[in-house]
Amino acid sequence: MRPELICPAGTPAALRTAVDAGADAVYCGFKNATNARNFPGLNFTPEELAQGVQYAHARGAKVLLAVNSFPTAGRFDLWRDAVDTGARLGVDAVIVADIGVAAYVAERHPGLRLHLSVQAAASSPEAIRYYVREFGVRRVVLPRILTVAEIRQVKKEIPCEIETFIFGNHGLMVEGRCSLTNYVTGLSTNMDGVCSPAAQVHYDKEPDGCVATRLGDFTIDRFGPDEQAGYPTICKGRYHVPARDDAYYAFEEPVSLNLAELLPQLIEAGVEAFKIEGRQRSRAYVRQVVGNFRKAVDQVLAGEAPELADLVALTEGQKQTVGAFGSKKWR
Amino acid sequence: MTGLAQAKSGAAGAGRFLPPPPLFLLQPILRRVVRRVAQLHPNLFDRLGPHCNARFVIDAAELPFVLLLVPDPENLIFRAVSRRGEPESDARIRGRFFDLLGLVDGAEDGDALFFSRELEITGNTEAVVCLRNALDDVEGSIAEDVAGLFGAPGRAILAALRRAGNRRGKSR
Ligand code: SF4
Repeated sequence: MRPELICPAGTPAALRTAVDAGADAVYCGFKNATNARNFPGLNFTPEELAQGVQYAHARGAKVLLAVNSFPTAGRFDLWRDAVDTGARLGVDAVIVADIGVAAYVAERHPGLRLHLSVQAAASSPEAIRYYVREFGVRRVVLPRILTVAEIRQVKKEIPCEIETFIFGNHGLMVEGRCSLTNYVTGLSTNMDGVCSPAAQVHYDKEPDGCVATRLGDFTIDRFGPDEQAGYPTICKGRYHVPARDDAYYAFEEPVSLNLAELLPQLIEAGVEAFKIEGRQRSRAYVRQVVGNFRKAVDQVLAGEAPELADLVALTEGQKQTVGAFGSKKWR
Repeated sequence: MTGLAQAKSGAAGAGRFLPPPPLFLLQPILRRVVRRVAQLHPNLFDRLGPHCNARFVIDAAELPFVLLLVPDPENLIFRAVSRRGEPESDARIRGRFFDLLGLVDGAEDGDALFFSRELEITGNTEAVVCLRNALDDVEGSIAEDVAGLFGAPGRAILAALRRAGNRRGKSR
C-alpha cells in the first residue's frame, strides 16, 4: 500500500507549489468561516478553487476541501453552499467535522468522498464506526493523541482509512472542543474558524528588547531578546500559576510535531495518508516540507532508510517532538 | 494562529549596509517598481481586503532609510523616508535586508523568521498577515519582476544579492 501525502494550501500559489513538490493531494478551504483556517488574506474563492482543481487533476493530484468547522443555528447555509460548490467544482473529497454537514453530504452528494476531520476528535473505534455507518465516511483523520501502537489497534477495528498528521502544529486539546480563544476574544476556533484572530493579536516591543504578546486584553507570553517565539495562541502561552515561581508553559511549549523518524512504523501500522499541517504557512514552507516528506516516504516504500533534511528551522519555537505518537509521557 | 511576528532587536544597526543615498533619486525608481508589481499582479489587492489603505513601514535594518508602503490600487505609495522623519504607520515590519528580500522572493517563510526572532512586527497584525498572504500568493518572484524592469543590470544585481543572501543563510 502506498500512503498518500496530504499537503496544505492556503493560497492558489501554495496549491501549485504543493502539487509540484510531490503532493498526492492538497487540502484547502474557502474564504469564510466554513473551515478551521479562516485567516485574513488566506484561502480560496470558488474561481480560484476551480483553477486549483484543474491544476491538480492535470498532474494526477487530488483536492480535498476542508468544510471542517461547526455551523451554529441559522448559519447552516454557508456550510451547505461550501459543500455544493466543492461538489460542483469536482473536489475529490470533503473533510467535515459536524454531523449535520456530514449528513448533508451523505444525502445530497452520495458520490462525494467524505473524510472525517481531526476537528471531530473521533479517536475510538466505536466513534469512528459510528461515522462510517451513519454517513459513509471513508477516511478518518486521527487526533494527535494516539501512540503508534494504539493507531495499529484502531486500524484493525475500523472499516475505513486512517490519516495521521506527520508535521506541523502540535495540537493537544481535544480537537474541535477548545474554547480558549472564544473565552478571550469572543470568536470561536471551532465555529468561526480562527484561533487567535490576528485583529486581536498585538506585539509590544519593550525597551529591554523583550516582546510581549497580547491577545485581546490578555498578555499571553513575553519573549526575552534571544528567546525563540511561538504562535500567539493561548495554549502555547506562559502563565503565572500558584504552584510555580516563574511564568511557565502551563498547557504546552511552542513546539512542532515531526514524525519523520516514525514513518516506517506508521506505514507498517496501516496508515493510508500522511497529513502536513500549515495552510497558514508560506510557499517556501510548503516547498521545503512537502519536498522532504515526498522523498522520505518514497525511500521508506523502496525499502531504504529515509534521508531527512533538518526541518527544525521551520518549526514553532524551533523545537520538534514526536508528541503522543512516541509516548503518552512527552511532557 | 496568525503566524508572523517579532525580530531580534539586535539586527544590524541602521545604515551599515549602504551609504545614505539622496532619497529624491530613489523615489521615481520605487514608484516604477510598485506600479510594475501592481500591473503584473492585480489580484494581489484582493487578499489585502480592507487593509489596502493601511500604511506599512518596512524597515530593512541595514538600510539608512525606511520604506513607506500604502498598497491602495487607487493611490499606490512606495517611497523611501529618512529614519529621522519616519511617518505614522498602521504597521511596522523590521528585519534584515536579505530576510525581507527572501520573503518577497518567496524563498523565506515568514513564520519561521518570526519564530527565530529575525522578523519584528508591531502595530496592526491583521494588516501584516494580509500583506504577507497577498505577497505569498504571487506566483514566481516579485524580486525578479522588479529586477526585470532594469534589464540585464537589474537581473545581475538580483543574482548578486541572492548569492549574498544564500551565503548569509548558510553562515547563520
Ligand atoms: S488555543 Fe491552541 S488548542 Fe486551542 S484552538 Fe487554539 S491552537 Fe488549538
